[in-house]
Amino acid sequence: MPLKRKIKELYERREQVLKGGGDKAIEKQAAMGKLTARERIISLLDEESFNEYDLFVEHEARDFDMDKKTLHGDGVIIGTGAIYGAPICVFAQDFTVAGGSLGLMHSRKITKIMDHALKMRVPLIGINDSGGARIQEGVNSLAGYGEIFFRNTLNSGVIPQISVILGPCAGGAVYSPALTDFVFVVDKISKMFITGPEVIKTVLGEEISMEDLGGARVHSEITGNAHFYSKSEHECFEQIKKLITFIPWNNAQKAKAFEPKEPLSKFKIDNIVPGDPKLPYDMRNVIRAIVDDSDFFEIQEMWATNIVIGFGRIDGRTIGFVANQPLVLAGVLDVDSSDKAARFIRYCDAFNIPIVTLVDLPGYLPGVDQEHAGVIRHGAKVLYAYSEATVPKITVILRKAYGGGYIAMNSRHLRADFVFAWPGAEIAVMGPEGAANIIFRREINEAEDPEKVRAQKVKEYKDKFANPYVAAAKGYIDSVIEPAETKKLLLHAIEVSDNKAVTGPKKKHGIPPF
Amino acid sequence: MSDMKSKPSKKDASLLNIDGTLYKTNLSTKFENRTIWNKPDERKLISFIPGTIIKVFVKKGQKVKMGEKVVILEAMKMQNKILISRDGVIKQVYVKEGQIIPKGELMLELV
Repeated sequence: MPLKRKIKELYERREQVLKGGGDKAIEKQAAMGKLTARERIISLLDEESFNEYDLFVEHEARDFDMDKKTLHGDGVIIGTGAIYGAPICVFAQDFTVAGGSLGLMHSRKITKIMDHALKMRVPLIGINDSGGARIQEGVNSLAGYGEIFFRNTLNSGVIPQISVILGPCAGGAVYSPALTDFVFVVDKISKMFITGPEVIKTVLGEEISMEDLGGARVHSEITGNAHFYSKSEHECFEQIKKLITFIPWNNAQKAKAFEPKEPLSKFKIDNIVPGDPKLPYDMRNVIRAIVDDSDFFEIQEMWATNIVIGFGRIDGRTIGFVANQPLVLAGVLDVDSSDKAARFIRYCDAFNIPIVTLVDLPGYLPGVDQEHAGVIRHGAKVLYAYSEATVPKITVILRKAYGGGYIAMNSRHLRADFVFAWPGAEIAVMGPEGAANIIFRREINEAEDPEKVRAQKVKEYKDKFANPYVAAAKGYIDSVIEPAETKKLLLHAIEVSDNKAVTGPKKKHGIPPF
Repeated sequence: MSDMKSKPSKKDASLLNIDGTLYKTNLSTKFENRTIWNKPDERKLISFIPGTIIKVFVKKGQKVKMGEKVVILEAMKMQNKILISRDGVIKQVYVKEGQIIPKGELMLELV
């Protein structure tokens, strides 16, 4: 056979496979408001950058008449490409082929690209759209999942791993996204749960829709499983691309620096925070007054909103921000906000991203539900994450820093590199009201006019302790600064910390309270 | 974003008491919907998991001893023997065999 004909054959074979599950299945996919797996990869990656591998892989299942079935690409597409020039490994499950169900060869394609990503030290993006395990392949399908989960864990902290949920992701399959760094969901398209509505109805008699059980909003607002929420697939891809610009390709590099820009003039750092520590404000505006172009890329913006996390740039360099949010629950730490902050701190530490912590919190959230939900165990995660982190760690105390909250929010004692405080900062063991009630209990109770004495004692305590100078006198904070100086000092602190090197005792790994 | 308003308006900004200080802030839906803890009544036998009542061993007025088997509740393919946690007399049985019950359902009560 002459080469020309062989090439023709190649084209024919390719064409066959590229049809995926065929026109009918593709129509069905479109009717669900979803792009096909290949369209998704093309929209996500730089133009013409995608190269596909394992196009001709076929399954080897024989039971249940599977030997008579051809599943193109075995229901998954893998390959390499680029996002803004950054090399990317990608896989996308193809729902048009056997519902994107995961069989052995399907999983081998995924693990192949995962291994490649690790070896080449480049980010991995996985697009999930699958009905789950391919039941006909039995335990081989489970083996496939297990191999993926193992690699997710192995890759964790070495290369960025991003999961995009663009369809169902149910049963054991959910654990791959759960093990990755960032999970993206899209309204009405993403569905994640361990057991679906059908099972719940038969076993427990509870009726619930897929959307209410594990839709995009549920995972963005209630469970905290998702990090980014969007209204459409295209919006989602834009978010992923933006994220890629903030993070390095692997844990041996730093994020790429951009051209420095000034914050927008409408965000004035000295106008945002009210003097009265009991009044709220939106902490995100403080961050916007600091970062380049006032561009703060918030993560998990709908979950545990009493703490704010995300990326921004100072002088063109990526910074991870962790900040209490007085707008919600007065910015207290609680079970969810501790969890949210701790994981992000560990992310920044793993990928060489300096952390700026902005502090304004009255303490921990009181309540039986919090105590019984394990606020001790969850709160400890924040202490662990900050103490363990060796990237540059800079703290600015804007207003309140009381009690355990002061310690937890990257205090000097957990090895902050620089701690700054604004003149209105109140760094104390607890708020003046609470402290006065304890210290002067007897005097207040025995007074003729207890309320008058209480007010007087609160004022005494406030004047003496509710300021930054007690902590400054002990060297626990390095400098009391004007709000307007914040950006300049942060930039300086980041610059001088650029070559930070600390080494702790040798260990296999710690035992964080998770 | 039901959890979060960008600005605290007069209407929805609430007061939150932390250590005797009242802070003006928005409350999260999770906080507002939190379950208020009540001391459990030991005379009431509540299901700890949703499932099907397979067998009821006691009836109204019957004397029971601590540790006695009173109900079998099948859940997650397991037949759970439910034992009574104190001595007493059955005031009322609220479930019957074959009934599917949710978690937190009152199954029976002691006098």
